[in-house]
Amino acid sequence: MDNINIDTLDNIQLDVLREIGNIGAGNATTALSQMINKKIDMGVPKVNISEFKELSEVLGGAENQVVGILLNVEGEINGMMMFVLEKVSAHNLVNILMGKELNTFEDFTEIDLSALKEIGNIITGAYLNSLSSLTNLKIISSIPYMAIDMAGAILSVPAIEFGKIGDKALLIQTEFGEGEDKVFGNFILIPDVKSYGTILKSLGITE
Amino acid sequence: MDEKIKVGMADLNVCASPGILTTLGLGSCVGIVLYDPIKKVGGLAHIMLPDSTQIKNNSNLAKFADTGIKKLIDDMTRLGANKNRLVAKLAGGAQMFSFKSSNDLMRIGERNVEASVKMLKTLGIKVLSQDTGENYGRTIEFYTENGDLLIKTIGKDIKII
Repeated sequence: MDNINIDTLDNIQLDVLREIGNIGAGNATTALSQMINKKIDMGVPKVNISEFKELSEVLGGAENQVVGILLNVEGEINGMMMFVLEKVSAHNLVNILMGKELNTFEDFTEIDLSALKEIGNIITGAYLNSLSSLTNLKIISSIPYMAIDMAGAILSVPAIEFGKIGDKALLIQTEFGEGEDKVFGNFILIPDVKSYGTILKSLGITE
Repeated sequence: MDEKIKVGMADLNVCASPGILTTLGLGSCVGIVLYDPIKKVGGLAHIMLPDSTQIKNNSNLAKFADTGIKKLIDDMTRLGANKNRLVAKLAGGAQMFSFKSSNDLMRIGERNVEASVKMLKTLGIKVLSQDTGENYGRTIEFYTENGDLLIKTIGKDIKII
């Protein structure tokens, strides 16, 4: 079972991918909570297989400004991992993390933005760690890359990777935050063609 | 003004004057516009990958530069366009993240542009203008009335090519 077509995954396979998403997002939220030393509420993550066309709708439309933090994944699983959040959530996150109360995103300094990138790095790292321990597969991630632009443009990068194996993408949405400063985050895991098979096989789902 | 016809990711559409075709938030994908200036028939494809022959699951013609352009021509011909008169404009193909690595996976925007240009050349279609590469997203609108391609980017002035 080398090649899996994401468009034709059966229900059991989908449930497994969903569950991986849930556990990963939970770990990521815990990591964030420890980092800012505050209790963070987390909603039940929504895990969806979306068509490309719908992907950017989730993030408020293709032209909505978002922050994307991307890591390349290597090892026994290859692909990309992306953490996307709307600009307003990124804003809240930086304020929480840096203890600031800035009203406009443009007021953030290079250091603030670099902190944001590091958050993305840590929480995607936590997500990948849980995937690694669940599957017992070795996963190595690259340094984080960050871009702030239109949702459609940011999402085109993982969408193209998904595009090689099907017409749909696996999207995990989480909501976390403290008090009024809610942060909505989206994880997008993009294993390459072979890695879907590797993940499912390691969990005993496929031959 | 007429309602703009939206073209999604890995999708294409055609229309006659005064129709306006648009695609929002182009990143590493490429927006390929074809136009018959006499019949004023236009087409827009939002392609994601350079080559359908490299991918197993290639039933969506609009997803690839090679098959997308051919499908666009077919659909436009049906609307009365003459294949020999077609001209092209391109936008998109950005590199959204500044990867240090030079591997093919990361250069996908550039490869999409290259493949589109090559395919158009093979078919004898002249590329009038292009706004490609760089590291930012683009929203484009194509006016079949006059062949203008309008390009919007965040934090920059609107450009017409």
